[in-house]
Amino acid sequence: MELILQQAINAISLGGVYAMLALGLAIVFSIVRLINFAHGEIMTFGGYGIFLSLLFGMPPAAALLIGVGAAVVMALAMERLAFRAMRGADVVSLLITSFAVSEILKVLFQNGISARPVPISLPASWSGTYQIGGATIGVLPTVSIIVALVALLGLTLFLKRTEIGIAMRAAAEDLEMLLLLGVRANRVVAVAFAISGLLAGIAAVIWTAQRGSVDPMMGFFPVLKAFIATVLGGLGSLGGAVLGGFAIGILEVLAQAFLPEAFAPYRDAIVLATVIAALLVRPDGLLPAANADRS
Amino acid sequence: MSEYALEIRQLEVRYGPVRAVRGVDLTVAPGSVTALLGANGAGKTTTVMAVSGSRRIAAGSVSIFGKDMTGATADAIVRAGVAISPEGRRIFGSLTVEENLVVAGSVVPDHKVAVERKAAMMERFPILAERRRQLAGLLSGGEQQMLAVARALMSGPRLLLLDEPSLGLAPQMVDTIFAIIEEVRGEGISVLLVEQNATLALDVADHAVVLANGEVAASGDPAQIANDAVLREAYLAA
Ligand SMILES: Nc1ncnc2c1ncn2[C@@H]1O[C@H](COP(=O)(O)OP(=O)(O)O)[C@@H](O)[C@H]1O
Ligand SMILES: [Mg+2]
Repeated sequence: MELILQQAINAISLGGVYAMLALGLAIVFSIVRLINFAHGEIMTFGGYGIFLSLLFGMPPAAALLIGVGAAVVMALAMERLAFRAMRGADVVSLLITSFAVSEILKVLFQNGISARPVPISLPASWSGTYQIGGATIGVLPTVSIIVALVALLGLTLFLKRTEIGIAMRAAAEDLEMLLLLGVRANRVVAVAFAISGLLAGIAAVIWTAQRGSVDPMMGFFPVLKAFIATVLGGLGSLGGAVLGGFAIGILEVLAQAFLPEAFAPYRDAIVLATVIAALLVRPDGLLPAANADRS
Repeated sequence: MSEYALEIRQLEVRYGPVRAVRGVDLTVAPGSVTALLGANGAGKTTTVMAVSGSRRIAAGSVSIFGKDMTGATADAIVRAGVAISPEGRRIFGSLTVEENLVVAGSVVPDHKVAVERKAAMMERFPILAERRRQLAGLLSGGEQQMLAVARALMSGPRLLLLDEPSLGLAPQMVDTIFAIIEEVRGEGISVLLVEQNATLALDVADHAVVLANGEVAASGDPAQIANDAVLREAYLAA
């Protein structure tokens, strides 16, 4: 029973990170049809933002906020410098551009900071535990879950209640029509990137707080999982991205917790096989996007 | 009259090597309806989308209320007083009826004006008020067309572009749409009306232009065009 509770917390906390990353990818894709391969480097940049802030003696809480801000700035810079000129290009050209951005940033991280992991030391009290009904639960995973849920809820409210949020949903459905109504494209696209950066920054905070270090590849693997999550959920579907993110997080923790040790090398393969099986049954994903037929 | 609501001169628009619109001249006088007719593929939608800033203009000019807007961005054209109900209506189906209007109203500089306009649209189209919280994708074709017109009117346009508003609608709904067009003109809004239903369009229009293969085949008095048997046979499916 205790084990189940602990594993459930781990699964939801990992799923929350994947969900935020997948949602960031989906928001950008739904509006500009860009599969942003450099999304992982936005997250990594957020991690380095935390590292450098701590290095320069900022208090931990401020460092985490700066990390989130750094990710937002990086996402906006990418849009402005790399992707804006490519607006309206086909999906493949956009994908290749984002590969290039990703590689350039990784090289900059390696040469400008370090190819090896750099430590992020947060106060010891943050990595404490507490007891519920005999189960020992980590403070950090619990806080991660709360942060992820607040972020997802906040974004939902933003998309439902604010004018710019409604415009973003309209843009995801038919960007040209939104432009015909006189809405400025640059603003909507910039907000989409800012939100994807914000979510990647929050993911970076959770990730670095749990692992205690940053390296040039930090964002790569979780974002790879997030890609799979967006496909599982339905490419371009925001609800699908969140659902897919949690599903993959839960599958991973399940595979880790309950598969015999001998299967350990095949964990990712087993998770992927499950995703492929799900896609065979539902080719458009768990929650297909409204305009899936046009993409 | 020196200043037209819309004045298109020698417009040319290409899709790759295809010259979809070739040297088209067209005017809409202030407060009047110009019908733009022609068979499928004649270049009507391309013309309208070029005026809206959504197709690149290869040659020629577009002036709106005397101001040269050739090559202007879509948002600048909206600010110049143009609104469109495009071909296929293109309402945002995953948004509610009300949200469709809110998005369109978000370009109005004064938020209070946008809120008032939305209320006025709900009053003018009671069916939209009734369904304000429903997803727009669930509306019938006629209701979607009303929403497309209401959405276009949210920006407070002086020139309204309507691309095949009656297509696929039941006869009674077609009458309603044409009644709305006359109402809009009565408010002093100029209209460019693209239609395949030539009989009805010529009936309501003050001026008509017939396109064929991207060129103007005829233009002038709607009654005259309506009575020209050769023209009707050749270019108008009515
Ligand atoms: N997006 C497009 N790409 C390529 N060709 C197009 C496109 N849209 C229209 N065309 C071509 O341009 C011509 C005019 O089309 P259109 O303006 O849609 O005519 P209409 O609205 O009168 O039916 C047609 O030959 C059509 O095939
Ligand atoms: Mg057409």
